[in-house]
Amino acid sequence: MTDSSGLSDRPAGGDPGPTRTVPVRHPGRWVASAVVLVLVAMLVNTLVFSHVVRGGTREGRYQWPVVWKYLFVTPVLKGVAVTLELTAIAMAVGIVLGVVLAVMRLSPNRLLSGSAWIYIWFFRGTPVLVQLTFWYVGITYLYPTLTLGIPFGPAFYTVNANSLVTSFIAAALGLSLNEGAYMAEIVRAGIISVDEGQTEAAQSLGMSKVQTLRRIVLPQAMRIIIPPTGNETISMLKTTSLVIVIAGGDLFTATQNISNNNYQIVPLLTVASLWYLFFTSVLTIGQFYVERHYARGSTRTLPPTPLQRLRQDLFRLRPQPQPALAEAPWVGPHG
Amino acid sequence: MADPGTTPMVEARGVRKSFGRLEVLRGIDLVVHPGEVLCLIGPSGSGKSTFLRCINHLEKVDGGELSVDGELVGYRRSGDRLHELRDREVCGKRAEIGMVFQRFNLFPHMSVLDNVISGPVRVKREPASSAKERARLLLERVGLADKIAAYPNQLSGGQQQRVAIARALAMQPKLMLFDEPTSALDPELVGDVLDVMRGLATDGMTMIVVTHEMGFAREVGDTVVFMDDGVAVEQGDPKVVLTSPRHERTRVFLSKVL
Repeated sequence: MTDSSGLSDRPAGGDPGPTRTVPVRHPGRWVASAVVLVLVAMLVNTLVFSHVVRGGTREGRYQWPVVWKYLFVTPVLKGVAVTLELTAIAMAVGIVLGVVLAVMRLSPNRLLSGSAWIYIWFFRGTPVLVQLTFWYVGITYLYPTLTLGIPFGPAFYTVNANSLVTSFIAAALGLSLNEGAYMAEIVRAGIISVDEGQTEAAQSLGMSKVQTLRRIVLPQAMRIIIPPTGNETISMLKTTSLVIVIAGGDLFTATQNISNNNYQIVPLLTVASLWYLFFTSVLTIGQFYVERHYARGSTRTLPPTPLQRLRQDLFRLRPQPQPALAEAPWVGPHG
Repeated sequence: MADPGTTPMVEARGVRKSFGRLEVLRGIDLVVHPGEVLCLIGPSGSGKSTFLRCINHLEKVDGGELSVDGELVGYRRSGDRLHELRDREVCGKRAEIGMVFQRFNLFPHMSVLDNVISGPVRVKREPASSAKERARLLLERVGLADKIAAYPNQLSGGQQQRVAIARALAMQPKLMLFDEPTSALDPELVGDVLDVMRGLATDGMTMIVVTHEMGFAREVGDTVVFMDDGVAVEQGDPKVVLTSPRHERTRVFLSKVL
């Protein structure tokens, strides 16, 4: 929207007198902007102002009062909590599992790399919806009792699977194990992206393999691992809605339960969507700052945060005696 | 030269190494005494770097015997058997040998200071305060006291290489290996790095230097070894080998580089 091409029209070196440069016009941009403006106006109108006749009564198209009424009711808030819990558990377990599986896949031992490969093959090869149902229904069917003991030996403790595997446990288990397979590939890509020379330098200092991985390779792999992990987290937040098939008690289960009773189907879908949108927005902002943190050492100057950029834009709007010089304050001395 | 009574710092006898079918080292014999500077020269692909990497066990030797300070590299002898060393034992040996790489290999996610103290703190479990103290002195010595807080990618190649040397020295090694330390540098930056190495040699550090800098080899080296095709073709006093080589292959190589 802001057109900055008019700022640097002064010649940089010397002082050849007041030359006037005419910036290039962009008529196409004006037309496109007008079209977009009309579409935005239509969208705002249909969302906020338009009405519709349903069952003989005229009401707002999106029924915002109903949405507002249910946005913060206790069952919905409880659902939000479960959704956040499931996302956090699935990502935490998934990341740890992913690191372990990635290291196993890179091991020279064929048994270790092979078993990691088979794990990833299995959990990426079946839909997560099927896996969730399997964890909830299949486990109790296949293994009615779960036993703690020595393999092929005596049992110490036996428990009824039905009482152990609640829908929340099944949901957390299903999502975590599935996520582990995807995270394994992300972590592996990060590890192999680090230059071999880094490992050699660390080893020549006498660092062990574990130290080399933990202190040298993984911190550098982070730069590659973080962006897709952010995407995975955002994706996981939404994937948790699948646990509705096993009555997982998440946000979507909660809103669907309410609408099954009061038939306010669309407003409650809106409630769920607003909550999902809110948390994905929060995660997106978090992702920006985490990525910025791990860019240390790989870019000479960090990209400006949105706040810094806003400040720059405001600064630029003020009349400047020498705008061409104030143009790029973030270019460092080594640029 | 050095006192023949002392244990050699590095002793290689018939060292062999293959990558698959390709035999890279075909029986290397050489001896480096404590305090000596040995320069390895030769065309690329002659096995110089591979030999250097065998010394701190970054590559495994396939045949022959290679020992550092009287102890076999990578193995322990008991009777007529060689037992491969455990990971931790190999690490302990490596900690006593400093290595400097052609492409610096500084850790880009750490500041210059953290690079230099990474070995002492992580490997030797030295307290950070004393490691930092020493790191400052080392960085001063390589002329980079003002770059302590910088990150590697804010430094020139020559500065990075001098940090890499400081990082290796921070482990207080008894032997320093240099793998073409100036080959990736702009010509005007080579001098600073060579000056640092010259200073090290003067202080009595035992060094093995793979290099294409014939001037450095002649001036600083106690011995020069010309390698070609996995064999140490000729070795001796650099002033003799570099000016009047006995072998035809040495002569041909020197005529190209001098």
